[in-house]
Amino acid sequence: MIAPLSPAEWEVIGLSLKVSLVAVTLTLPIAYALAWLLARRRFPGRVLLDALVHLPLVVPPVVTGYVLLLLFGRTGPVGQWLEASLGVSLVFRWTGAALAAAVMALPLMVRAMRLSIEAVDRRLVGAARTLGASRWQAFRTITLPLSIPGVMAGTVLGFARSIGEFGATITFVSNIPGETRTLPLAIYSALQVPGTDIAVARLAVLAVLLSLGALLLSEWLVRRSLGKDSHVL
Amino acid sequence: MSFDIAIEHRIGTRDVSLQLQSGNPLVALVGPSGAGKTTALNCIAGLLRPDQGRIAIGGTTLFDSEAGIDLQPEARRCGYVFQDSRLFPHLTVKQNLAYGSRFADPGTEWISQQEVADLLDIGDLLGRRPQTLSGGEERRVAIGRALLCAPHFLLLDEPLASLDAERARQVLTCIERIRDEMELPILLVSHDRAEIARLTETVVSIADT
Repeated sequence: MIAPLSPAEWEVIGLSLKVSLVAVTLTLPIAYALAWLLARRRFPGRVLLDALVHLPLVVPPVVTGYVLLLLFGRTGPVGQWLEASLGVSLVFRWTGAALAAAVMALPLMVRAMRLSIEAVDRRLVGAARTLGASRWQAFRTITLPLSIPGVMAGTVLGFARSIGEFGATITFVSNIPGETRTLPLAIYSALQVPGTDIAVARLAVLAVLLSLGALLLSEWLVRRSLGKDSHVL
Repeated sequence: MSFDIAIEHRIGTRDVSLQLQSGNPLVALVGPSGAGKTTALNCIAGLLRPDQGRIAIGGTTLFDSEAGIDLQPEARRCGYVFQDSRLFPHLTVKQNLAYGSRFADPGTEWISQQEVADLLDIGDLLGRRPQTLSGGEERRVAIGRALLCAPHFLLLDEPLASLDAERARQVLTCIERIRDEMELPILLVSHDRAEIARLTETVVSIADT
């Protein structure tokens, strides 16, 4: 059980980290913008936008993967456009896995960030405005720094969700070793083969360690940036 | 004319109306609790948009519903001392004090951080966070922060509340100095008749209908 990681296991971990990091990094600004819109602005269609953002949380992941396939597949409208204009195809590629992970992580990230933006006292923003700050300057110096714990929490949740993403990924980009076979897909594949108990257990422990590591890292980051009494968990 | 204000604003079922024309640089605004004194200050600061009327202070028109003028809060340059201080919790006292000066045009400040620290006796607090301050300390820092943003006029919402007698006397002296030396229009909300009597003869009452 306790043996050094094999090249195949390293490949799975490396791919999972790459997919999750890319997914979370690209989603972060979009999630924060959506969180800010939903927390601070009243506009027609706000409820619909809120529902759309949260949809991946309640719809079966397989359905999300199927919708991604319809939109971003070779014959899908977005997929065709990407292929024709940029020469990019997401199907059966790790980039597609990152897109699936991003869509699944988005609601969790938006939720955490929105709560922390709502918790920022708007009267402080008003005070900043009277002291000479424009809307943008008040956002940058008051709202953004005060909502950092939510950004951290949302990022960790999103990252953990991305590491664990299974249904949408396998539906959208299949289960290709070295390309789209992330940790959960590797565990699923190993389970299909008899006599792989130890391999499955090793991968499961790796999944737990990765997620735990992410949580502890973010806790440490929040404490370092906001003082030891602050925490993300 | 220091103040030329005539505004009406409706909140829920309540009408707040303020009429104020005065050449006196320091005007006290009085009225029963809930009459809309803070609402009026928020309208003047640009945090609330009055339903109609006109606000001009020190010759500058900040708001005029008929002429379609409505300056953004940051363009009004008011030093607003809120009733509840509203210090920024993630910044130190020093950073709170310096917050407004970074947006002020260079050379327009009329008081230095050192002078403010001496005047309000907050030099020892500079490294601390607002959460660790007492009510009186918080208030003094809030006054200092408002003075340091190079304001064109001051809005003081109960500036002496929660200060002990000695400290209140010092801040009162400071307000008098600003009134006399800076010729800055000051609008002061207060419940304290003695405080008002010492500072100004111009008292305007706000009424709700």
